Amino acid sequence: MKELFPMKQIMGFVFSLMLTVVALAVYFLNMSFAMGMTILVVTAFIQAAVQLVVFMHAGETKDKGAIYTNVYYGVAIALVTIFGTLLTMIWGYN
Amino acid sequence: MEFFERFAIPHPSAPIYASMVAIALTIVAIIAGLTYFKKWGYLWREWLTTVDHKRIGIMYLISALLMLFRGGVDALMMRAQLAVPDNKLLDAQHYNEVFTTHGVVMIIFMAMPFIMALMNFVVPLQIGARDVAFPRLNALSFWLFFMGAMLFNISFVVGGSPDAGWTSYFPLAGNEFSTSVGSNYYMIAIQIAGLGTLMTGINFITTIFKMRAPGMTLMKMPMFTWSALITNAIIVFAFPVLTVALAMGTMDRLFGTHFFTTNNGGMDMLWANLFWVWGHPEVYILILPAFGIYSEVISTFARRNLYGYKSMVVSMVLISFMSFLVWVHHFFTMGQGALTNSIFSITTMAIAVPTGIKIFNWLFTLYKGKIEITTPMLYALLFIPLFTIGGVTGVMLGMSAADYQYHNTMFLVAHFHMVIIPGVVFAMLAGLTYWWPKMFGFMLNERLGKLAAWVIGISTLVAFMPMFFSGLDGQARRMYTYSASTGFGPLNMISFVGAIGLAVGFAIIVYNVYYSVRYASRDIGADPWNARTLEWATHSPVPEYNFAIVPHVKSAEALWDAKKKRHILFQGDYEKIHMPNNSGVPFIMSSIFFVWGFAMIFSMWAVAIIATIGIFACMAHRSVEIDHGRYISVRKIEETETKLRGAK
Repeated sequence: MKELFPMKQIMGFVFSLMLTVVALAVYFLNMSFAMGMTILVVTAFIQAAVQLVVFMHAGETKDKGAIYTNVYYGVAIALVTIFGTLLTMIWGYN
Repeated sequence: MEFFERFAIPHPSAPIYASMVAIALTIVAIIAGLTYFKKWGYLWREWLTTVDHKRIGIMYLISALLMLFRGGVDALMMRAQLAVPDNKLLDAQHYNEVFTTHGVVMIIFMAMPFIMALMNFVVPLQIGARDVAFPRLNALSFWLFFMGAMLFNISFVVGGSPDAGWTSYFPLAGNEFSTSVGSNYYMIAIQIAGLGTLMTGINFITTIFKMRAPGMTLMKMPMFTWSALITNAIIVFAFPVLTVALAMGTMDRLFGTHFFTTNNGGMDMLWANLFWVWGHPEVYILILPAFGIYSEVISTFARRNLYGYKSMVVSMVLISFMSFLVWVHHFFTMGQGALTNSIFSITTMAIAVPTGIKIFNWLFTLYKGKIEITTPMLYALLFIPLFTIGGVTGVMLGMSAADYQYHNTMFLVAHFHMVIIPGVVFAMLAGLTYWWPKMFGFMLNERLGKLAAWVIGISTLVAFMPMFFSGLDGQARRMYTYSASTGFGPLNMISFVGAIGLAVGFAIIVYNVYYSVRYASRDIGADPWNARTLEWATHSPVPEYNFAIVPHVKSAEALWDAKKKRHILFQGDYEKIHMPNNSGVPFIMSSIFFVWGFAMIFSMWAVAIIATIGIFACMAHRSVEIDHGRYISVRKIEETETKLRGAK
C-alpha cells in the first residue's frame, strides 16, 4: 500500500504547488518591490529544499552525511557570495 | 570579400605576419610528418580516443608545457619592451594584447592543465584505483580544455587578440571600448575550457570518495590526494560563478544586453566583483595541489612521515572555505567604504593563518630529517624562502588602507609573480621531476635538473625583486613605455636580465628531457626515490590497469609501511579486470565546440546553430549508446606482469 500511495511524496507535491501559488501571487497582487522579492526568495529556497529532500531523495541513503554537508557548504558559499556582493556593490559603496 | 574582412588583424605588424607563416608551416609539417610515418591510426587509437587517465594526464602535460612556452615568449616580449626607456619594440596596442594573453595563457592554459596533468596521472594511482570514476567524462574535460586553449591561441592571427587585461574589466572590455573580436575570444575560449574544468572537479571528487582501495579511509589518504580533493571541491563551487559571469559578458558583447554597461541599468563593476568571486578561489585552486606536491616531496626526501597530518587536512578545509571570503581585496580602491574594506582586510589576514600552519608543518617535517637534496627537494627548499617574500608582500597589499599606495603598480605584479612562480611553477617542476620516472620509465638527469632549479630560482629573484622597488617608486603596471627621467630604466633592465635567466632555465629543462631520453638508464625499478605512497608500488611505466591486484591499505604511508613494517599490499590471485572502452566522441564533440566557439566569436549565427545541434547530437548519442566496457583476461595480465618484471 505504501508503494502505491507514497504519502511523503504526495504531501510534498501538494506543498510545492502551494509554494508556486504563493510565488505567483506576487505578480497578481499589488505589493511593494521589497515585499515581493522577499516572498520570492523565501519560497524559492523552501521550494529547492522540498525538491531536494522529497523528490531527489537526499537523506535516504547511507551517504546522507556527505550529501547534506555538501548542500550546507553550497548554501553557505552562495549566501556569502550574495551578501558579500550586496555589501560591496550597494550597502558599503560610497 | 566583405565576409573575410572580419578575420583580418585590426592591428597588424611584421612579427604577427611572421607568426602566421610559422603556424601554417608547423601545421603542414605536422600533417606531412604524420602521413609520412603513417602515424594517423596510432594517433587516433592511442591518444585522441583514449580514456586512460595516465594518457590524458600526459596530454595535459604536453599542452601545459606548450602553453608555458607561449606565455613565456609573451613575457620576454614585455620585459624586452620595458628594458629601456622610450622603447619602440612594441607599440601600445601590441603591448596590451601581449600582457592580456600572457596572463590568460599562464593562469588558465598553463597552470590549470599542469595541475590537471599531475592530478590525472597521480591521484588514481595514489588511491589504488584503475581509472577515474567517469573515464569518458575525463577525456571530454581534456578535449574541451584543449579546444578552448587552441581557440584562444589563434586569436592573434585571426581577428586580433583580447587587449583588456587578463581580468578583462568592463566597461573597457565592452563593445564601446573594445571594438575588435578580441574580447569575444576571451569570453568564449575561457568558457569552453572552464566547462572542462568543472567536469574534472565533479569527476575527481567522485573518484576520491568512491574509488579508494580497501582500507584507505579518508584520513589515510596521501596528502596530494587530499589537496586534490579540496581543490576539486573549490572548483565545483567557484567555476559556476565564472561560467555565469562569462555568459553575461558574452551576451553584453554579442546580443546587446546591459549587465555590465555603464547605462540602462547595467553595473560595470559587477564584472570585477564576479570575476574575483571566482578569481580568488582560483588562486587556491592553483596553490593547494602545489602544497600537496611539496608535502609528498618533503616527506619523501626528509625520510620522515609528514608532521601534523591532521592539521594539514584541517588547514586545507579551512582554506577551502575562507578562499570564498576574501575576494574584495583585489579591488580595495574601487570605491567601497571603509567598513567593507576592513571586513575583507581582516578575512585576508585570517587566511594567512592556515597557510602559515602548513609552512610550519613542512619545517617540522624537515627538522631532524635525513634530508636528501634531489631536484624535486631542491625546488621545495627554494620554494619556502621565495614564497615567503611573496606572502609577506601579500600581507602588505592586504591592508586596505596601505593598498591605495601599492594598487596597480609593479609592486603588485612583483607580489603575485613571487607567489605563483615559487608556489605553483616550482611545485609543478618538482612534481614533474618527481613523477617523471613513473610516467616514462626513466629519470631526468639530476645534475641538469639541479642546475635548472638554481638558474630558475635565482632568475626569479633577479626578474621580480626590482619590480617591488620600481612599483614603490610609482611605475604603474601595464604601462607600455616610460621616459628616462622617471628613473625606472635600470631596475627594468635588471628585470629583463632575470627574464632571460628564466628562459635559460627552461631551456636547460628542455635539454635535460632530450639528454635523459637519449642517455638515462631504463633499469630503475618501480620505486627509484624510495618513496612512501601507493603510486610507487606498481611498475614504471604503469600498465593500463594500474594494479594487477587491488592493494589493501593499512596506513597513511602504505608503501613505506609495506617496506618497513612488512604490511602486505597485494594479496590474492589475478582476476579479470574490467576496463572502459576508448571513444572518439569526446574529441569529436570538443571539435564541434571549437567550431561553435569560432562561429560565436565572429557572429556567424548559421554555423553556430548547426554546431549547437551537433553538440546536442553528441550528448544524445551518449544517452542511447550501450557500452559495457571490456575485460582484460587473467592470461593477458600474467603476460604483462611477467614482461614488466623483467628478468625476475
